[in-house]
Amino acid sequence: MHRYIIKRLILMIPVLLGISIIVFFIMALIPGDAAQAILGSFATPENVARLRAELGLDKPLVQRYFIWLGNIVQGDFGRSYSLDRPVIDEVLDRLGPTMLLAGTSLILASILGMFAGIVAAIKQFGWQDAAFTFVVLIGISTPSFWLGLMFVLLFSLQLGWFPVSGMTAVVGGGGFLDVVRHLVLPSVTLAVVATGVIARLTRSTMLEVLRRDFVRSARAKGLPERTVIMKHAFRNALVNIIPVLGIQAGFVIGGAVYIETVFQWPGIGRMLVNAILTRDVLLVQGGVVVVAAIYVVINLMADVLQHVLDPRISV
Amino acid sequence: MKKLVMVLLVLSVGVTMAFASGAGEQAAGPETLVVGQIAEPKSLDPHTVTAVNDFRILVNIYDGLVRFQDGSLGIEPSLATDWEISDDGTVYTFHLREDVTFHDGTPFNAEAVKFNFDRMLNEDHPYYNTGPFPLSFYFSAIQETRVVDEYTVQLVLGEPFAPLMSNLAYPTGLIVSPSAVREYGEDYGRHPVGTGPYQFVEWESNTQVTVEANPDYWGPAAGVDQIVFRPITDSNTRVTEMLSGGLDLMVEVPPDSVQVFEQRDEFTVYEQAGPHLWFLILNMREGPFTSKAMRQAVNYAIDKEGLVENVLQGTATVADSPIPPAFDWAYNEDLDPYPYDPARAEELIQEAGYNGEEIVFYVTEGGSGMLDPVPMGTAIQADLEAVGLNVSIETYEWNTFLGRVNPGLEGKADMAEMAWMTNDPDTLPFLALRTEAWPENGGFNSGYYSNPEVDRLLAQARTSSDRSERADLYRQVQEIVYDDAPWVFVANWQQNAVAVSDLKNFRLQPSFLLQLGQVSFD
Repeated sequence: MHRYIIKRLILMIPVLLGISIIVFFIMALIPGDAAQAILGSFATPENVARLRAELGLDKPLVQRYFIWLGNIVQGDFGRSYSLDRPVIDEVLDRLGPTMLLAGTSLILASILGMFAGIVAAIKQFGWQDAAFTFVVLIGISTPSFWLGLMFVLLFSLQLGWFPVSGMTAVVGGGGFLDVVRHLVLPSVTLAVVATGVIARLTRSTMLEVLRRDFVRSARAKGLPERTVIMKHAFRNALVNIIPVLGIQAGFVIGGAVYIETVFQWPGIGRMLVNAILTRDVLLVQGGVVVVAAIYVVINLMADVLQHVLDPRISV
Repeated sequence: MKKLVMVLLVLSVGVTMAFASGAGEQAAGPETLVVGQIAEPKSLDPHTVTAVNDFRILVNIYDGLVRFQDGSLGIEPSLATDWEISDDGTVYTFHLREDVTFHDGTPFNAEAVKFNFDRMLNEDHPYYNTGPFPLSFYFSAIQETRVVDEYTVQLVLGEPFAPLMSNLAYPTGLIVSPSAVREYGEDYGRHPVGTGPYQFVEWESNTQVTVEANPDYWGPAAGVDQIVFRPITDSNTRVTEMLSGGLDLMVEVPPDSVQVFEQRDEFTVYEQAGPHLWFLILNMREGPFTSKAMRQAVNYAIDKEGLVENVLQGTATVADSPIPPAFDWAYNEDLDPYPYDPARAEELIQEAGYNGEEIVFYVTEGGSGMLDPVPMGTAIQADLEAVGLNVSIETYEWNTFLGRVNPGLEGKADMAEMAWMTNDPDTLPFLALRTEAWPENGGFNSGYYSNPEVDRLLAQARTSSDRSERADLYRQVQEIVYDDAPWVFVANWQQNAVAVSDLKNFRLQPSFLLQLGQVSFD
């Protein structure tokens, strides 16, 4: 087991290296020049050229990549020009809110999705199943940014239950309940799609498992139906569900980009959008590398968990 | 299963409790004004930023030596009580207030003023590296800042420079605390210390900037206990926050939403034209626009009223010259915008002998002060095609666009969109219409306009310290430029804002700055 984890951790290095190459060169392809962006409309061509030299933007692309990579390895992500502060400070400040939002959504989606999936599987072809299929289909097909706006219109503007945007109240905010209140709409919005995916997968996996011999044996032994479903069937279905949760974690973090923009959530997603718009190259690169690293770790955790649940799965 | 039910239960209880606590969000406590900004500020160091969005916060934390008068672009004393200008216009002597301290308790004096200008202008200054200072060219005429005594300071210029006073009133001229710059170095922009009516409390990244009333302010006491500036980049979210009571004041209301606020008693909509010009640069070095008839023809052919009303939905007025009417003292009242007259345009086009060659039109996707550049561009293209011009649009992202336009249009395009926001009638013509300002000389005259008479008038206006004389010279400049038509004059932006109706003493300023020192709630 330890060996497996160590092996997987080592495998992360080429993955992250690949990501760093992709991010760096994509950012280099985007039109717009950081030096021009820093100096603004009043920049004369000479000033732009001088600042480009100062920032090292006049060096060959490949050389710039290795300089950047060398700095990152030493923990120096550079300085964000649009925010005038170190990239790593900004990324770490934003990581908490994003993890809170994405984590809550994922937990919400897992609980609701698995619950709905199990119920639908047990009551296959019943009205619960039909209702569930209908709701899930709508959930999966609704664009979340639109759903977010509709939630705001209904729950914030009409009913006044939840705040429109932000993570804490402007005055005297920051308490636990205050954050929960702000968290409800964005996390529910973000959870909708993932819930649908998890529910469908749970349903189909459960249907398959419920037809297996050991389930029949369990029933034949006279075990209560609840034990059969939760202990025997669901536990086995989980082996297939866990890796999908890992992948959904990626979608949820990705989805946070626009949900954070709609709800003005102070997380990494909104930071990245602003950074792209202002051509804050170092901030985009640093943010993406950190998010990618987290995603890789989450997937590693999902795989390890799968291994724990079913030691037969070869690693 | 039981556990699952428990979790759901706990969750729902949590949510319910959250409802309950949400009822009276803003209970007792300090009286707070919440302002919806369009973006996160870049920095709160006034010397390093260029965006109006940042200036809106800065003018409430800092003071300059002088400031714009309430409701006009005239100059009045602020940290300086009075000043003398030497007869040759090269030495400005300022007498400073003696009762002012920075928010960190250090005294404001002549040494502090010297520190501010030296930091921006002198490459050998120990804190020059806390830049870059993109707008320091506003003060590049200053050769030396001289401390005469504790409360007297002199700015010594290499040559007379009449716009200096306007530039000092601009946020780039706000005075920062030298001791705070020494303490925080390049992080000063996150620990701002000024002398203004409000002092900095905290900056939560991408959430809010909070300032509170400065109890020792030298001027009239601040009107509210604290102000919170919230960056809300999405304009729909900004509108929704305003409607739901999450904001007391928001700037840059999308045109579509202005009516919503106008219809409700609890909101007041403000509008104010400012020193902004939206125009088209015409390439006078090559191609069809070397002909004056062609340049006038496009001025006639474009339906500016239509653009302002339909595309910009009334958030701008039609422009007629390089100097916006907001500079009331220098604006030439006798000029009227080129009327929309396609028939006249067609005549001129025939006279010029245009025979269908392609006109390349640079359009940007967005950018500071550019309003709605893409719909504007396509509407203009349609107007020009209606009079027989063959216009093809090339669209660029803003910074790429600047990178192509600022070095000059030669070999690339025949016309380009552009917008400027300035603080003195001198700035735009001086930087973008003189022969000396051709791109090869480091200026912004990207269309290569050149008229010796205009050059002479602008030079003279710059060295004259008599305002009525300057005004007269600028009026002459406007007449000549109007007739030469090196640009198509399109629109002057009207800034807007919405505030809750019980906010008192608020008004928008022609400078586009957001002065909140005196606002208060009923």
